[in-house]
Amino acid sequence: MRRVLTSAAVAAALALAVTACGDGSGDAGSAPAKSAAPAEVSGTVTWWDTSDATTEGPVFKEIIKGFEAKYPKIKVNYVNVPFADARDKFKTAAQSGSGAPDVLRTDVGWVAEFASLGYLAPLDGTAAVDKPEEFLPVPAASGKFNGKTYGVPQVTDTLGLLYNKELLKKAGYDEPPATMADLKKVALDVKSKTGAGGIALNVDAYFLLPFIYGEGGDFVDVQNKKITISSPQSVAGVKIVEDLITSGAAVKPALQDSYTNAETAFKDGKVAMIFNGPWSNADNLGGKVFKDNPDNFGVAPVPAGSAKAGSPLGGHDYTVYAGSQNLDASYLFVQYMASAESQAKIAGKLGLLPTRQPAYSAPEATANPKIAQWQKPMETAVERPWIPEAASLFQPLVEGYQKLAGGQTTTEPMLKDVATAYQGILKGWSL
Amino acid sequence: MTADVVVTRRAAPRSGARRLLSRHWYAWAMIAPVVVVTLVLVGYPLVRGIYLSLTDATEGNMGRTIGMNVIPSTYEFVGLKNYTDILTSSEFLGRLTWTIVWTVVCVALHVGIGLGLALLLNRPMRLRSFYRILLVLPWAVPAFVSAFIWRYLLNGEFGVVNAMLRAAGFAGVSWLDDPFWAKVSVIACNVWLGVPFMMLALLGGLQAIPRELYEAAEVDGASPWQRFRHITVPGLRPVSSTVVLLGTIWTFNQFPVIYLLTRGGPGGSTEILVTYAYRQAFEGIRNYSGSAAWGMVILALLVVLAAVYKRALRQQGEAW
Repeated sequence: MRRVLTSAAVAAALALAVTACGDGSGDAGSAPAKSAAPAEVSGTVTWWDTSDATTEGPVFKEIIKGFEAKYPKIKVNYVNVPFADARDKFKTAAQSGSGAPDVLRTDVGWVAEFASLGYLAPLDGTAAVDKPEEFLPVPAASGKFNGKTYGVPQVTDTLGLLYNKELLKKAGYDEPPATMADLKKVALDVKSKTGAGGIALNVDAYFLLPFIYGEGGDFVDVQNKKITISSPQSVAGVKIVEDLITSGAAVKPALQDSYTNAETAFKDGKVAMIFNGPWSNADNLGGKVFKDNPDNFGVAPVPAGSAKAGSPLGGHDYTVYAGSQNLDASYLFVQYMASAESQAKIAGKLGLLPTRQPAYSAPEATANPKIAQWQKPMETAVERPWIPEAASLFQPLVEGYQKLAGGQTTTEPMLKDVATAYQGILKGWSL
Repeated sequence: MTADVVVTRRAAPRSGARRLLSRHWYAWAMIAPVVVVTLVLVGYPLVRGIYLSLTDATEGNMGRTIGMNVIPSTYEFVGLKNYTDILTSSEFLGRLTWTIVWTVVCVALHVGIGLGLALLLNRPMRLRSFYRILLVLPWAVPAFVSAFIWRYLLNGEFGVVNAMLRAAGFAGVSWLDDPFWAKVSVIACNVWLGVPFMMLALLGGLQAIPRELYEAAEVDGASPWQRFRHITVPGLRPVSSTVVLLGTIWTFNQFPVIYLLTRGGPGGSTEILVTYAYRQAFEGIRNYSGSAAWGMVILALLVVLAAVYKRALRQQGEAW
């Protein structure tokens, strides 16, 4: 008798538990359904932001506050991850299946790689892809892989020629150089007339691209599966760099901490020109020669080679981790962050270039003179190969560039070695 | 339940192994955790590494399911292909030669400078413990922190070292940008990091040598050099032989100094085997099979080295 009673009690308790569970999962289950109203979506979205934590991060945090106000049931967990570590860190976390964020700010060069490895959620047909027709076509292409959308563009950028107006004027120039030949002449004149250096080079593959593009060269020709880094055009481009270094038009480049050394030299007025992108606006304007005289800071398109003026398209996309437990909340988060309003705010506060056409005419964006300044350099932006191996193509070129800048090799053998290395990375591609 | 136990107990004396187990059960119980931990932490990765090195597994072809994305496993067994690729690659010999130069120079300087300092500190003097603390300090700082500090100190344009050189009227040296000076720089940094350990270990060894031997030698009229040569060096050998082997293995695999100071540059000139292997494994789409094979090659090199070294010691009559 006692036994019967106990089992009845257990059954009752179980039944209660089951119904309780059912109620709970019923609520949770209805939320992620596609048809659910956005206001009903709940959950926590962890976002890895790779922007500069001190100068840029606060602005993104402010926009997140607006998102949380609009969707009170969604909590955003903001994590700032240094850009240099983010790719490796995300891959490790994504693969092990634990610790990966729901949303990642992804460099345009990483999207194809992550998507090919299955780490990213396809976004077509979700809330994340909102008014796709507004996006500028080249940044939008960076978010696509195999015909599907994996990334929603956040900001776009490219390299421009940044110059110190006063130094150029002292050397007798009112306008920045428009061609590579002029660049050398201006640099040498600055050197002889002002004592400052002409141009500081950052020994990095990305920063070599304007020279290569200018002569009509490239890393690879994706359509024909051809490695073009050692083509006559690419060789002609790198030769210009070699000449800048050997002729003394460029100051002797640092190979370690090359970026920082070039930036510091420019900010301190030790050189007149560098190549850099809009992300360095804030950094440059804080420098010795621009702090009290921001008008001294000039932005121009990269000088044109014999073929055209071309600089690599950069920027960042929002991507969603395929293993995210809060997909719907993540989609909404991407939608909000990539909206024209958010982009205009970011542009106004940080001078970062929007990827949506309407954001450029928003009063918040036009209030920042940097946005208009960068419009011309952006016209020279060249689309990069959106292939999974894209990010791997930089290292062999950096090593070669270091040897070239250090005077241990010359252009042709260097690019030949790089092309051989590329054959190891791109299996089955022709030279 | 009780019946089972009784049966086991009764059956036990019949089997030898069981009797051993029951008599020494406490010993087995004591070492069991260690055995398990060792198997899990050393054995499994090693076996898995050997297996992976015989396949063509990469980040792209290992199966996984992430949310809605299902990627099937498509990697295959390729035998010794990864090993032949490494041994026939144009990079291997060059990297191996530099790794050996790096190891020999670093260990020689570690032991030389460490022994010199140990001898100095072994004399009675004022503030001896203060000097000891000061000299051990580099060892207490994590290697990566030191490497970063050195990187700033040695910056060609804005570094402190060059600023001091220029202030003294010399031209600056491109410490990290010139292949030769970059090699000097990484060795200098690693020597700075490794000397404290050598000094401490050798100091311990020196203090274990009986004073009477020196006194007797002095009475017999032995010169300081003779005393050093015939008492200190042999007396230190039990310690020095061990620390030299340890130092060699550590230096051979000294990843942070190279990777953080020069990233293997300029143009790959300071790349040692481990940093090169890391680059192969973690740059771009991760090559698990290739990096496992690299790991095995490095392990094999070190095992051979340790065996040869041990043999050499034994021939000198050292029971190690």
